[in-house]
Amino acid sequence: MSNIIDLKLFELVEKIKKKEISSTEVTKAFIDRSQKSKKLNSYITENFENALQKAKQFDEKPDFNKKLPGVPLAVKDLFCTKNIRTTAGSKILENFIPTYESTVTQNILNEGGIIIGKLNCDEFAMGSSNETSFFGNVQNPISENLVPGGSSGGSSSALAAKLTPATIGTDTGGSIRQPASFTGTVGLKPTYGSCSRYGIVAFASSLDQAGPMTQNVKDCALMLEVISSYDNKDSTSVDFKRGQYLKDLNENIKGKKIGIPKQYRVDGMPKEIDELWKKGMKIIEDNGGEIIEINLPNTNYALPTYYIVAPAEASSNLARYDGVKYGFRSKGENLIDMYEKTRSEGFGDEVKRRIMIGTYVLSSGYYDAYYLKAQKVRRLIKNDFDQAYKKVDAILTPSTPSSAFKIGEKTNDPVSMYLNDIFTVPINLAGLPAISIPAGHDKSGYPLGLQVIGKAFDEQNILNIAYSIEKNINFKNNINDWWIN
Amino acid sequence: MDKLSKENKEYLIKRNTNEYEVVIGLEVHAQVLSESKLFSTSPTKFGSEPNTQVSLVDAAFPGMLPVINEFCIKQAIKTGIGLNAKINKKSIFDRKNYFYADLPQGYQISQYKNPIVGEGTVTLDLPNGEKKIGIERLHLEQDAGKSIHDIDPNNTLVDLNRSGVALMEIVSKPDLRSLDEVNSYIKKLRSIMRYLGTCDGNMQEGSLRADVNVSVRKKGSKEFGTRCEIKNVNSIKFMQMAIDYEANRQVDIIEEGGSIDQETRLFDTKKNETRSMRSKEDAHDYRYFPDPDLLPLELDENFINNIKKNIPELPDEKKKRFIEKFKLSPYEANILVSDIDTSKYFEEVSKNSDVKLATNWITGELFALLNEKNLEITESPISSKNLSKLINLIKKGTISGKIAKTIFELMSDGDKDPEKIVEEKGLKQQSDPKELEKIINKIISENPKNVELYKSGKDKLFGFFVGQVMKSSGGKANPQLVNEILKKKLN
Repeated sequence: MSNIIDLKLFELVEKIKKKEISSTEVTKAFIDRSQKSKKLNSYITENFENALQKAKQFDEKPDFNKKLPGVPLAVKDLFCTKNIRTTAGSKILENFIPTYESTVTQNILNEGGIIIGKLNCDEFAMGSSNETSFFGNVQNPISENLVPGGSSGGSSSALAAKLTPATIGTDTGGSIRQPASFTGTVGLKPTYGSCSRYGIVAFASSLDQAGPMTQNVKDCALMLEVISSYDNKDSTSVDFKRGQYLKDLNENIKGKKIGIPKQYRVDGMPKEIDELWKKGMKIIEDNGGEIIEINLPNTNYALPTYYIVAPAEASSNLARYDGVKYGFRSKGENLIDMYEKTRSEGFGDEVKRRIMIGTYVLSSGYYDAYYLKAQKVRRLIKNDFDQAYKKVDAILTPSTPSSAFKIGEKTNDPVSMYLNDIFTVPINLAGLPAISIPAGHDKSGYPLGLQVIGKAFDEQNILNIAYSIEKNINFKNNINDWWIN
Repeated sequence: MDKLSKENKEYLIKRNTNEYEVVIGLEVHAQVLSESKLFSTSPTKFGSEPNTQVSLVDAAFPGMLPVINEFCIKQAIKTGIGLNAKINKKSIFDRKNYFYADLPQGYQISQYKNPIVGEGTVTLDLPNGEKKIGIERLHLEQDAGKSIHDIDPNNTLVDLNRSGVALMEIVSKPDLRSLDEVNSYIKKLRSIMRYLGTCDGNMQEGSLRADVNVSVRKKGSKEFGTRCEIKNVNSIKFMQMAIDYEANRQVDIIEEGGSIDQETRLFDTKKNETRSMRSKEDAHDYRYFPDPDLLPLELDENFINNIKKNIPELPDEKKKRFIEKFKLSPYEANILVSDIDTSKYFEEVSKNSDVKLATNWITGELFALLNEKNLEITESPISSKNLSKLINLIKKGTISGKIAKTIFELMSDGDKDPEKIVEEKGLKQQSDPKELEKIINKIISENPKNVELYKSGKDKLFGFFVGQVMKSSGGKANPQLVNEILKKKLN
């Protein structure tokens, strides 16, 4: 039998169901490896003892009808987990222990999943390299001192390093897809309204969406099935008929029309990425799909629009962290002084930067010029996609304009950091689903991803296209466990 | 308060040779009558122990999301219909951002540019006729918690029981011109909402508060003066005092050649004066924007129509009906409809008895009794059933009006049945003509001198005979019959 940690999620599920391995064995294997991998700093909070207990309980009274029977999973530390510390990567929530469970993690628990820990992330999910976390940088298992992407950097790192068989992240502007691309893994941002936002620490409410991060497309379909649900505790949750994503997973893409937006050919994009993109197109054509050039004319405005809308919402969403009710509080002379000290000491620089941007763009006198205009442009961006989807079934683009960069390389240049999200941000603004799958390597051997963007609520279609590409592309992650002595 | 006019005459402030008109607009905050809060399922019970009516949503825990309470939406629509206002099929909840210890989210969810209810009107019943006051809008918003500064000398305590409770902010146009109109407007709003069951109107418990906008202008001027807003006044009396103080303050400034600064002021109820709270320059920048946690609220025609169908008869319609059907005077009708419980009581009484007598007895004897005992009509010691019985006894001639007053007094002690009182005390009116004739014959035969004097033209003596008959019957003789028979016998 192969090593437990090398098994895919769906294989683990099968083997547990066939009683070939126990939940305890699986849980122990991932915990053992996690304990050997502290150098990656993927975890903020470990829940190992409790998880082992849960695994034991599962083995004593197993329910093999569950979709994740006794499967251990670590999750991004943006999901509130009952009785397990939830920090959002911030000092201001350093000691916050929720009394409630997010709907998405509850769905995992309901399907037999076991939470083994909370994974590192950029503070309040604001970042593209996991370098804004109060709990320190995360290492990309691909190579030492390489960022794992962000904001779900702990998740991508833990997943690629096989500390967890699958994980979940949140994606506001690319925070699932970019780290997936940087670590050679699969990440899907579902349609806005597919996964409940209840119990997820909010960054930008109109953009935030939870999604699966997995080793392969099949696992991704399984995880999406588990976490996506209609939830009346989230007013933006959509009550549509969810697919049986795993059962209906199908690599046949014959006759599918795939759009190639010319606006995604940006200046200075590495040659390898262009080649990768062409490789993707060829696979689609070889498998009976049709490549159609499409026009998304407002793509250029997506990044500036995003950096108005997201900070605006964040500036308001983060107002509740004021030291009054929970979380970090600094002593002050009076109420205002307490607020100022608490928030100055409790938030990191990137969070403060975005709160200031957001406050500015919502201020009277600037609202129309920034926030209102951005909302209008957002509508135009969505219209672009609506137009394109009259001609095509899905859209293929690179996931990121570059491969993973070195830790510290971009920390002093926020704009260059923000440019990382150039291919992912428009999708959040339009509320569409998109999946990033590993498709190749650059000259340094760092992974690169392709992104398949779908119509709203058409997750099955992009999973199928991704599945087809995955089968034909023969991607293999080169990870040599450099962090384990 | 010499400028407080008792009648509906012009409310003008005089200085030297100038007369100033006072322009008033009100922003009334009415607490929606509902079991649970606007965006959470916590109960709204008044007077509970601090922080016992608080959910994770109300306390703004990470990841908590607001979910609209459909009942509160219906209540706002109902109120809008009661204000003859336009119901907006699409409205938007916005965030009003500011920091305060009793505002857990760091923003209040309110409606800014797109309120649920648009323009409407409220009709005031004033002594010299009706006046229509324009309604600018009604929007829904969350209440904040309460900061308590006087329990702990070193700390401010926060009670979040109110946090998230639904409020309707009803904004009037600047159509009010006097303290009496303000009084009448608030009472009318309260009456409409109580008829609808959308707000209990309890000012002591803070269910109804108002921000008052006041400006003054020279009489005849068409331009509005600069206004000041007086925040959070919680009784009609204080509103009137605040307006009167503020209007006079503004006139004094203008008379001295100054100009009014647009600002927010507070009314100090102990010193009876308004004080500056913040100027326009210091005004908060609330950074309103649509709440991304809530989709725009879209109402379909059917939803609104279903609510319309179930709107009860409102005071204006009821008044009209009382005037037309019962031939009441507008004054009487007003008194009976202004409070929903009074109108209910009246309808119960008049359903089973004479309307005119019911009106007189309720507005006369009953109101006097309630006033004396300081009771609401819902706590009336005399039930509507027994009052209608009493009226029927009068109407049938079983008792006289005078005896009825005695019975009324006896009834008020434990809601006694007037029919039983009549029986027990033998207070039944003598209406048998034969019996009365016997008494009358006796009186005539006992007073031959007076009979002669009467016949010779001393008409005034008729009263003497009536008095003798009544006395002899112990006050129970039917006075009408006594008159008739006496006239026959003497003439």
